[in-house]
Amino acid sequence: MELDVKIEKKLRNFTLRADFTLRDEVFALLGASGCGKSMTLKCIAGLERPDRGRIVLDGRVLFDSEQGIDLSPQERRVGYLFQNFALFPNMTIAENIRFVARGTRQQREARVRENLARFDLTELGNAYPMELSGGQQQRAAFARILASDAKILLLDEPFSALDHYLKWKLELELREVLKSYGGAAVLVSHDRGEVYRLASRAAVIERGQMQPPHTRDALFENPQTLAATLLTGCKNVSKAERLDAHRVRAADWQLDLTVAAREPQSVAYAGLRAHFLEYREGAEDPARNIFSMEVADVIEDTFSYLVMIRSAGHQASCIRWELPKAEWRAIKAPVLSVYFPPEKIMLMES
Amino acid sequence: MEYAPLFLTIKTAVVATVVTFFLGIGLALAVARMRRFQGLADAVITLPLVLPPTVVGFFLLLAFGRRSAIGRFLLQFDITIVFTWKAAVMAAIVVSLPLMYRTARGAFEQLDPNIIGAARTLGVSEWRIFWYVLVPNARSGILAGLVLSFTRALGEFGATIMFAGNIPGITQTMSTAVYAAVQANDYDLAFEWAVVIIIFSLVFVSLMNILISRTGAPQRREV
Repeated sequence: MELDVKIEKKLRNFTLRADFTLRDEVFALLGASGCGKSMTLKCIAGLERPDRGRIVLDGRVLFDSEQGIDLSPQERRVGYLFQNFALFPNMTIAENIRFVARGTRQQREARVRENLARFDLTELGNAYPMELSGGQQQRAAFARILASDAKILLLDEPFSALDHYLKWKLELELREVLKSYGGAAVLVSHDRGEVYRLASRAAVIERGQMQPPHTRDALFENPQTLAATLLTGCKNVSKAERLDAHRVRAADWQLDLTVAAREPQSVAYAGLRAHFLEYREGAEDPARNIFSMEVADVIEDTFSYLVMIRSAGHQASCIRWELPKAEWRAIKAPVLSVYFPPEKIMLMES
Repeated sequence: MEYAPLFLTIKTAVVATVVTFFLGIGLALAVARMRRFQGLADAVITLPLVLPPTVVGFFLLLAFGRRSAIGRFLLQFDITIVFTWKAAVMAAIVVSLPLMYRTARGAFEQLDPNIIGAARTLGVSEWRIFWYVLVPNARSGILAGLVLSFTRALGEFGATIMFAGNIPGITQTMSTAVYAAVQANDYDLAFEWAVVIIIFSLVFVSLMNILISRTGAPQRREV
């Protein structure tokens, strides 16, 4: 399964530009709400029309502005999983599936039975969508998509607006579906955890601008841009400039840090994830990236402490440090030495 | 009491409502999908709702009269409209159409657009989406529009008297019969027709309420 997308569409506040290829994999678009990621999916599905560009699915041209090709959503064979699952409320689950299945009467009935069974819905075939739980509705929506012969799955923020526990259950079910489906899927999400757990490659979209795709690990280890750093969940970002090949000056934190990364040459921001900071006994040693920090605030979270620290004796901005409860209880000092691992410091160009 | 106005009223209202029903739904869908001039189209269709019915009747008279282009064209086929039963039907259609159109459009716009998007991406043809997804899920709104336009057509007076006249046995409906009776100082007859009209209207509005509470508005599912 191969999908090629290169589109441009003018939206109210910005222009959406998306360019990516995927192949038998789960590809994620990570972005804040209103950044154009759902619009990208709608363009692929044919529910919205891009101003320019080309969309090819397995060699079949779905859209090409130059050749004037614009297949209807019905012709595209793209499975779109909506946030609210969009089951037809006036039909039972079995009718929902039968309504979209193709073929003769017997073939359609077989598809209904087969997909109900596959998603463990056989006993709910005669229930209406509003009688189902969120998880059951999601399974029914998948059963309906698979009965319609979709060649690729588009997942539009499948778990937002759900409570924590349900979200997790649905995510586990989605993993099962993706495994058994074996096809390709585009996942749109603002939740870095979801993207990390489900996708093999991902790209960040900010105000319509899609950044080049990376493998999941590359994106989370070295996000390269400020938007990607924040979207991948990094809480600590400081304006920074490069002092020499090994050091940067983090202006907001008021620290001169030794860094491992040689690239990029011109640095605009430095970032460090909250759980990579380490406690060190003894005095500070700036040459080895160990700084004396004062504790500004301590917030107890569910399974960890969030300790807000800043460069001692300066009016620097706070850095969030996340550490296990037992570890913090053993330290608990108003001023302490903290180690900033050079290989974990992420550098961003402007 | 001569019963002709009763039968004529029912006949006119039924024929007008059949046309209004399909035309109103069609226009509701067409206007909802328009990208340009949506406001203008909406205003034009809604206008008869806010204009005095006499003004509507006057324009119909101008448009289909013997001196108008349409009137002259129809005359070549020996068709006259003004002061005939056809005119009564047309007047009823024009004044009841906005009610059907607006309620149907409201009902369609309340539908979750994702449901229609889902049907499209699942390969369901636009025609089947209309009959099996749009109409059933908007049915309470459509039914309300149907009953409202039927009762409006039943009670139509102003445009009818301007365009179709008040010819006993030909174009005289119950509402124009009330008017004629009062003009002739026959208050008893006017009262009789008034009671018939009130009973009719009560029956149909109750019917509407029963139908709507039975079918129930399609509920948004909680996820």
